[in-house]
Amino acid sequence: MVRIDAGGLHYKVLNEKIWEAVDSGEKEIVLDNVCGQRYIGAGIKSRDIKIEINGVPGNDLGAFMDGPTIIVNSNCQDGTGNTMNDGKIIINGDCGDILGFSMRGGQIYVKGNAGYRVGIHMKSYKDNFPVLVIGGFVRDFLGEYMAGGILIVLGLEKDRDGKVIGNFVKTGMHGGEIFIRGEIEERQIGEKTEDLLATEEDLLRIEPYVKEYCELFKYDYAEIMNEKFYKLKPLTHRPYGRLYAY
Amino acid sequence: MAKTRTPPEFILERDDYKCIRCLVCVRVCSYGANFYDEKENRVYTENSKCVGCHFCEAVCPTEAITVKRNKFDIKPSAHWTSEELFDVIKQAETGGILLTSMGNDKPQFNYFDRLVLNASQVTNPSIDPLREPMEIRTYLGKKDAYLEIFEENESQVILKTEVSQQLKLEIPVMFSAMSYGSISLNAIKSLARAAETMGTFFNTGEGGLHKDLKRFGKNMIVQCASGRFGVDIDYLNSGAAVEIKIGQGAKPGIGGHLPGEKVTEAISETRMIPVGTDAISPAPHHDIYSIEDLRQLIFAIKEATRYKKPVGVKIAAVHNVAAIASGIVRAGADFVTIDGIRGGTGATPKITRDHVGIPIEFAIAVVDQRLREEGIRHMASVVVAGGIRKSADVVKAIALGADAVYIGTTALVSLGCHLCQRCYLGKCNWGIATQDPKLVKRLNPEIGARRASNLLKAWTLEIKEILGGMGINAIESLRGNREVLRGVGLNERELQILGIKAAGEAW
Repeated sequence: MVRIDAGGLHYKVLNEKIWEAVDSGEKEIVLDNVCGQRYIGAGIKSRDIKIEINGVPGNDLGAFMDGPTIIVNSNCQDGTGNTMNDGKIIINGDCGDILGFSMRGGQIYVKGNAGYRVGIHMKSYKDNFPVLVIGGFVRDFLGEYMAGGILIVLGLEKDRDGKVIGNFVKTGMHGGEIFIRGEIEERQIGEKTEDLLATEEDLLRIEPYVKEYCELFKYDYAEIMNEKFYKLKPLTHRPYGRLYAY
Repeated sequence: MAKTRTPPEFILERDDYKCIRCLVCVRVCSYGANFYDEKENRVYTENSKCVGCHFCEAVCPTEAITVKRNKFDIKPSAHWTSEELFDVIKQAETGGILLTSMGNDKPQFNYFDRLVLNASQVTNPSIDPLREPMEIRTYLGKKDAYLEIFEENESQVILKTEVSQQLKLEIPVMFSAMSYGSISLNAIKSLARAAETMGTFFNTGEGGLHKDLKRFGKNMIVQCASGRFGVDIDYLNSGAAVEIKIGQGAKPGIGGHLPGEKVTEAISETRMIPVGTDAISPAPHHDIYSIEDLRQLIFAIKEATRYKKPVGVKIAAVHNVAAIASGIVRAGADFVTIDGIRGGTGATPKITRDHVGIPIEFAIAVVDQRLREEGIRHMASVVVAGGIRKSADVVKAIALGADAVYIGTTALVSLGCHLCQRCYLGKCNWGIATQDPKLVKRLNPEIGARRASNLLKAWTLEIKEILGGMGINAIESLRGNREVLRGVGLNERELQILGIKAAGEAW
């Protein structure tokens, strides 16, 4: 294990230190006094590397990452998990905007809430299957253009208006599934909500991820599941299919 | 009203005296336009199916076939051409957006042909490129404003400045971003080999990277577009540079999508999406809503690739292009690619292709001017695209202020393309814009590579010839040298924006 004091370091210097540690074969890296440094873990490719972050990491945490596990012991900022391919990011707090943008694989667990544009254009391919679990509420544009994977919003915390998701959810969605625990309205998702309740079978699919969330952040699984879940899926897999004159 | 019978665009004339009934034209046409009547022992053509690609004409062993444009025309009107008429009919019948391919085909957007170059006469000697060295090598990337040199002792100096990564081009012409999917693997291989032979670069487009192309890494620019298809850390590391695609000249402001039926097994592998699903590239990058956000992605890529790759940004030439380019340079891009209104594409709504954006000539002039005025021209190279057809266009583009150019359509024409504008149908008879294995086989990548290399070789000779005639022996001295240009038939405002004088005006 290696400890790096990130206090006062520019991100370029800090990330170079992380690369040096990775190159020298370190498997466990602990970063102390992190304060807004961007791109931590960006582009690292290895499944057995673990990075623990004390302090608040900056934007694009784990961008293009392929394998490592990142544990953030506080909140984090925008762009977490941008275009990430594989790995795990665990956030013991809230998260900013554009969480999990275009992620193709791996898992992100957020204990608290997340901002706007969460899970835009997530997609899956073969063994790569992205999973995003958010404990609290999320803002507008959740799952826009979503093409694959699973997005789960547990709604353990609600926003000021008592909502767990914002507006314009799943616009242009053409693949994957979104699970939402708690109440949603027709105007938030653009279709009637009655037929969208998740079935037993559906819930079995998210069981491992919700269990992992409970294990990570010390919640009671049975209590969480004892509430209705909505499942949102694409209206069509070909949103642009009938637009053109051939 | 029943379906309108629209007249065919092309008429295929077959000289029955020359036709030997070999039926090769029947077999090759992917649109099924030619057919054989056994009873009559004659070959016929269903003209309405002909797209005018001239492939059967090229392979007919007896030159029996001539493909001609149908002279059919409506009553002459300055306002209504037959194209306008048939477009309305098509939309009345389908209710859909008109789709097209390749670049803008309208005459009013060409300015290169209204620019003329200078030559030396009496007062300054011209140079014979066959006898004297002529430098056209170009480096793309950030140039440092000054170099810090540390003198160790009298015989040794050490460069203290960490020089930015550069792309070395033996000729300032690269092959534009064309994805595997929009064009065939054999077409990309042809361009990749040509780029390797000629010491320049090809661009993967947004299609990800086919495994056969990995070995061309040092001559490859990989693209990261809004769909992030095929983008992972290995992909970013596999090329010589990364280009973030914001926009494209043929379709500024809109995204793109590859319909599910074109996502075959092989395409699914490079794009990293399941077979048969739509590959949708949103109009914006949803992590980029500002110049600051763009800077964030540029540096995310730089960090992820450990500052080993220059990162460029490609935009379409739009009204505010100069300010946007300035923002891109300040955001840390090593090169800015600007694609003009005549830029090509595999598929785009006709309305966007024909009406959105500005001609590249103006964009080059205003971007170069703006970057110079702000004192940041050295911080990034400017690569331009969109309508470069010949070496004269290259010379004029560089004289207006570009560092290098991209060619897309022209490169495909060197491989056989006859500009029928039907790339979106995926049935290209020339084996270029198709994924049908039978059609793809028609394009031999070795021959294709030779043809594309020949084109660049010819241009090298011509560029040197033109430079020599102007008394210039290095392309460096041409860049942004607008004194060598004069405008013909341009109004004062256009001359002013282009930063050139009218023909007849002296220094």
